Amino acid sequence: MPVASAETLRALELSIGSLGQSEFRGQTRVVVAREQLAAAFTTLRDARGFDLLVDVTCVDYLNYRDAEHRFGLVYQLANVTTNERITLRVYLDEPDLTVTSATGWWEGANWMEREVWDMFGITFAGHPDHRRILCPDEFTAHPLRKDYPLQGRGERHNFPVLTRNQA
Amino acid sequence: MSLADSKIRTQDIAHDEQQDYLWTLNFGPQHPATHTTLRIVMKLEGERVVDAMPDIGYLHSGFEKIGESLDYNQYVTVTDRMNYISPTANNIAWHGAVEKLLGIEITPRCKYIRTIIAELQRISDHLLCNGAVGLDSGAFTFFLYAFNKREDIYDIMETLCGARFTHSYTRTGGLSQDFTPLVVEKIRNFCKTFPKVLDDMERLLNRNRIFVDRTKGVGILTREEALSRSATGPIARASGVTRDLRKDEPYLAYSDFDFTVPCMKQGDCFARYLVRQAEMRESLKIIQQAIENVPAGPINVSLDERMTLPSKKMVYMTIEGTINHFELAMTNRGFETPHEESYGAVEAPNGELGFYLVGDGTDVAYRARCRPPSYIHFAMFPHLIRGHTLSDVVAVLGSLNIIAAELDR
Amino acid sequence: MAVDLPENVVVSKLDELASWCRKNSLWPMPFATACCGIELMATGASKHDIARFGAEVFRFSPRQCDLMIVAGRVVMKMLPVLQRIWQQMNEPKWCISMGACASTGGVFDTYSVVQGIDRFIPVDMYIPGCPPRPEQLIQAVIDLQDKIQREGTMSGREFDTAERQQRKRALIELPVGPAVGMGTAGPFTASLPRT
Repeated sequence: MPVASAETLRALELSIGSLGQSEFRGQTRVVVAREQLAAAFTTLRDARGFDLLVDVTCVDYLNYRDAEHRFGLVYQLANVTTNERITLRVYLDEPDLTVTSATGWWEGANWMEREVWDMFGITFAGHPDHRRILCPDEFTAHPLRKDYPLQGRGERHNFPVLTRNQA
Repeated sequence: MSLADSKIRTQDIAHDEQQDYLWTLNFGPQHPATHTTLRIVMKLEGERVVDAMPDIGYLHSGFEKIGESLDYNQYVTVTDRMNYISPTANNIAWHGAVEKLLGIEITPRCKYIRTIIAELQRISDHLLCNGAVGLDSGAFTFFLYAFNKREDIYDIMETLCGARFTHSYTRTGGLSQDFTPLVVEKIRNFCKTFPKVLDDMERLLNRNRIFVDRTKGVGILTREEALSRSATGPIARASGVTRDLRKDEPYLAYSDFDFTVPCMKQGDCFARYLVRQAEMRESLKIIQQAIENVPAGPINVSLDERMTLPSKKMVYMTIEGTINHFELAMTNRGFETPHEESYGAVEAPNGELGFYLVGDGTDVAYRARCRPPSYIHFAMFPHLIRGHTLSDVVAVLGSLNIIAAELDR
Repeated sequence: MAVDLPENVVVSKLDELASWCRKNSLWPMPFATACCGIELMATGASKHDIARFGAEVFRFSPRQCDLMIVAGRVVMKMLPVLQRIWQQMNEPKWCISMGACASTGGVFDTYSVVQGIDRFIPVDMYIPGCPPRPEQLIQAVIDLQDKIQREGTMSGREFDTAERQQRKRALIELPVGPAVGMGTAGPFTASLPRT
C-alpha cells in the first residue's frame, strides 16, 4: 500500500504542528489532536488532493495493553490521482467524546460517522443527521464498546411471544 | 414494538405546509425487489420521488463484535456470510488483511489460485447483479441466463472445496484445499463456454429499447459526487473514477496479467451495467492467463512460520509437525500477532473491501473492522433517486448491488 | 349395514380430504433475509423445481400464503416485522425455519441475533445446514406434507392442543449479569431473559 509522500507530511506539519507519525506495513499513520482535525482535513483535501475518504472507524482501547486513551478514531484517506494513502488517528477520552464531523469535507462520512456513533457513542459536532443507524432507535447501549458483552444484556429476547392460538 | 408503532421519520424529510400534498410510501423491509432486507421511506409527489429515507439495520448481526471473539481462522466462516453473492472474495480480503498484519508472504501458487478464485467470484457477483437489474426492469430471460452460469461457478467451487455456497476457502498463510486436475478442467470448460453466454446476454439487453429507456439517464452520479461520497469499484468506474486496486496497488498476482480496467463517464444505471459486463470479460481474460500458468509448489507457507496446520503425514512422521500441530490446535497457544494495527484492502466485486485489524498479541483480533462497500454505496441512494419515478427505485437499487448482509453486518 | 357404492366413489374422512387438499397446494411466503434466501431462490428455479411438490406459488403478500419459510437470521430489529407478517397470514398456516440461523441463531451468538425464531413464533419444521441445500428444503416440504396429512383436521383442532401452545426453546439461555451503566430505561434496555 503506497505510503504518504514527504510533501504531504510536510504540508500537514505546517498546518497542525508536530505529527505523531509512525509507519507499519507500508502505512503512514499520523496522530492528530482533536482541535486540529478540521485544519488537517482542509490541508489534506484542498492542498494535497486527498479526495476519497475511504473509511472512518473507531477502536475501544479499554483493555488494550499500554493504551493511554479510551477511544481511537481512525480516518483512512486516499488520493485517487497519486494513490497516496494516509491514516489519521484521533484519541478521545471520556467524558468528552465529541469531534468535528468530516461531512463538511467529504459527504461520504455521513453514514460512517453515524455507525461510529451507534457502535461507540462518539458524538460528531456538525453532523447533519446524527441518529443511530444499525441498532433500533430505542437501543441504549453502544455494542462495540468493550464493556458491552458479546451476547448482549438480554435485549435480543425482550419480545412478546406468539403462541399458535394467538396468531 | 411493532412496525406500525415505530415512528416514520417525517421530521427528517423536509416538511412544511406547502408539501402537504406529498404522500409517504413505505418500501420494505420485506419486499421482493429489495432482494434482501432494507427499508426505504419515500416522499412522493404523484409518481415522482421527492425524497427517500433509507432505514437499515434489519439484518445487523454484530459481525464486528463476533470478530473480537473468534480467531483469525475461525472468522473466515463469518466473512462468507458477509457478501454471500461472492463469499470467497470476502475470504481473500479477510486473510489478505490478516497476512498483512502478521507480515506473511504467501507462496506464488497460493497467489495464483487466490487470483483465479477471486476473478471467478467477481464474475459470479456481476452475473447476479446484472441479472437482478434485468429481472427488476422486466428482462426475466436475461436473469435465467445469468443464474444458469452461476450454477457452473457453484459447481466449480463445490468440486474445489466441498461447499456449494459458503466456502471458507482461505486459511492464514494458505488455502484449505489445493487445485485438483478436475477443478482445472472445469475452470477451462467454463472459460470456453462463458464468452458465448456473455455475447448472448449482451445481445439480449444492450440494445433492448425497454431496458435502455429504463436505465439510461437514471440515477446519475458525477465524478465529483462519486469521490466525495466515497464510491469505489464498478460504481465509481462508471462515473469516470479510474481507480482499481488491482492496478493501483497490485496485490496477489495481478501484476503478472494483461488486463484493462473498464471505465465510463456517464455514471447512470446503464453505464454501471456496461462496466460490469465489460469487467466480466476482463476477469475471464485474467482467469485464462492464470489457469495455464499456475506455478508448482506448496499452497501453504512453510512450517517455520508456524501459521498453517501441517499435513497429517507431517504430524505423524516428524517431530516438527507434531509440535506445530499441537501449538496451533491448543486454544491457549495459537500464533502470535504484533501489537499493532493495519488496514488491508482488496478490490472486491462491489468495490474496495478492507479490514482494519488491531492485533493484541493473541490469535484473536482486538478489533476487526470491515469497510463494507454496500454500506457506503447505499448511503448515496437518496441522492441518486431524487427526482426520478417510483419505478426507477428498483433499477437504481439493483445497479448499486446492495447486499443486506454486507450492508448491516 | 352394507352399502353398495357406485363406481368412482371413494369413502374417506372429511378431515383427510381437507388435509389432502391443503398439503398439495402450499403457497410459500418467502421471508428471506440472508444467505439462505439465495438457496430458496435456487429451489424455486429450474434445476430443483419445487413445483413438482405443488409449492411453487411464491407470494410476497402474507395474506395469500399459508406456508412461511424463514430463510436466514432474524435480528431484534426484524423480529417485530416477522411477527406482524405471521399474524397477517390466514389460517391454516405453517412455518418452516430454514437454516441454522433461523432455527438456533447459528454462528451468530451475538447481542442482536434472535437465538431461534421458535422462541417467538410457532415453527413446524426445522432445516439444518448453513445454508441448507435445495434438496433439504424440498425434503422439508415433503415432510411437512406428511405431517399435514397425518394430523390435519377439517376444523383445525390440532392447532388447539396444549403441546402446540408451548414455546420451544432450542437453546437454553444462560442468565446474563447485571447491566453495567450506560443508557436509561426503555424497551431495549437490559433485562434478564424470561424463564
